[in-house]
Amino acid sequence: MGAGHAHKLYRHGHSRVHRLPAHCKIAALLCFVLAVVATPREALGAFGLYALLLGAVAVAARVPAGFLFRRMLVEVPFVLCAVLMPFVAEGEMVHVLGVPLSVSGLWGAWNVLAKGTLGVAASVLLAATTELREVLQGLQRLRMPSLLVQIASFMIRYGDVIADELRRMRIARASRGFEARGVRHWGVLAKTAGALFIRSYERGERVHLAMVSRGYTGTMPVLHEAPATRAQWTYAATLPAAALAVCLMGWTL
Amino acid sequence: MHVPDGFLDAPVSVATGVAAAAAVAVGLRGARRELEERTAPLAGLVAAFVFAVQMLNFPVGVGVSGHLLGGALAAILVGPFTGVLCIAVVLLMQSVLFADGGLTALGTNVTVMGVVTVAVAYALFRGLLKVLPVSRASVTAASFVAALVSVPAAAAAFTGLYAIGGAADVPLGKVLTAMIGVHVLIGVGEAAITALTVGAVLAVRPDLVHGARGLRHPLVLATTAPETPSGPQGANTGKGVTA
Repeated sequence: MGAGHAHKLYRHGHSRVHRLPAHCKIAALLCFVLAVVATPREALGAFGLYALLLGAVAVAARVPAGFLFRRMLVEVPFVLCAVLMPFVAEGEMVHVLGVPLSVSGLWGAWNVLAKGTLGVAASVLLAATTELREVLQGLQRLRMPSLLVQIASFMIRYGDVIADELRRMRIARASRGFEARGVRHWGVLAKTAGALFIRSYERGERVHLAMVSRGYTGTMPVLHEAPATRAQWTYAATLPAAALAVCLMGWTL
Repeated sequence: MHVPDGFLDAPVSVATGVAAAAAVAVGLRGARRELEERTAPLAGLVAAFVFAVQMLNFPVGVGVSGHLLGGALAAILVGPFTGVLCIAVVLLMQSVLFADGGLTALGTNVTVMGVVTVAVAYALFRGLLKVLPVSRASVTAASFVAALVSVPAAAAAFTGLYAIGGAADVPLGKVLTAMIGVHVLIGVGEAAITALTVGAVLAVRPDLVHGARGLRHPLVLATTAPETPSGPQGANTGKGVTA
């Protein structure tokens, strides 16, 4: 909380991508992913071009490759599962080094891996260049119902409250000599979860009342009413437009 | 069980997207009735809780990984309509910020993990409460069973979608057995966490549990000298349940 409310996902910077309004970036991300998913899986070259496009965005946003790849590790469970697909699927078989692999399984695995990875990389880039607060404002600008925006913003706010509360409770347990070693200790951990809920709720309730008493009516005030200019929309549209061209190329070739 | 981009074909993704949008629209209308002005804070807290619970992710095989869902917990704590909204928000934020579950598969994820779990869990929970005696223990027991069943139900729903629009022809029987088998195990974990959390909240702040509104008694003014000889009026509220 002390670090200027900047989230771990966000990487501070002043590039052109950072300065784009959030709703332009969210719209661009959505269109890009749609184009990727619509590409036939047999167009192998197209996926390479998509990766190059995202690489160009990362360079423009000055997001280092190491940061990007480390954040993409969230995908590892999918990769493990996709790798299993050729072994489980049926149909026509090919033999690689004496191991029977299903052709449709191989295509399926490639499909999930390629499209999934591109989607993950694009989302990581959005989160790295946009502050959480801006993402919420962007969603609001894109006409997401205000109740959903409110729930999302409270969720993000309470996320830190819950994490801090949990840390305090863990320290309290440890300082009393507690160590979870087996099933017998599940009861203690469960009570922790319940107490965590109530304590964070009561803290959150006070936060909410404090917000209401300062004039909160359900939407956060927008301090810089800055509608996106035509130039900004054009700049944001570069990525989905290029992706659309690649996608069309994938269908025609 | 977050479905990634490109896992199901376009018609299924579009159809589930429409279904999810309709469910969220219904949820938005219903949520205003469920919790008056505290809707957003309580729903936000439940969403944050579900978010934390869903971070426990482990691979299941064939392109999917399993984790706790939290649909039953949300439905019981804030009611089914707000529960659907909570899960939808969690899934949206996960796919936009953490790249967990594809953006184009968002509709599928909301339908399977939000709508199916919440609907199954809440229907079962209400049904059990009708049969069981009115007490705190039966609320806890009902939430255990509701959570336990909701997870394999979601797995079965996903298998159904996969049968219609799967990307590879993995034999359906294998998928169904693997999904249901693993998700019964996950369901046991989910049920334990849901029941214990609901029980703990119920013990201290029963007013925060939407599913236990039947337990609330109107406040009774207890006087030292009851005027009616048939017994003190506050006797049935003596079990610590005050709202």
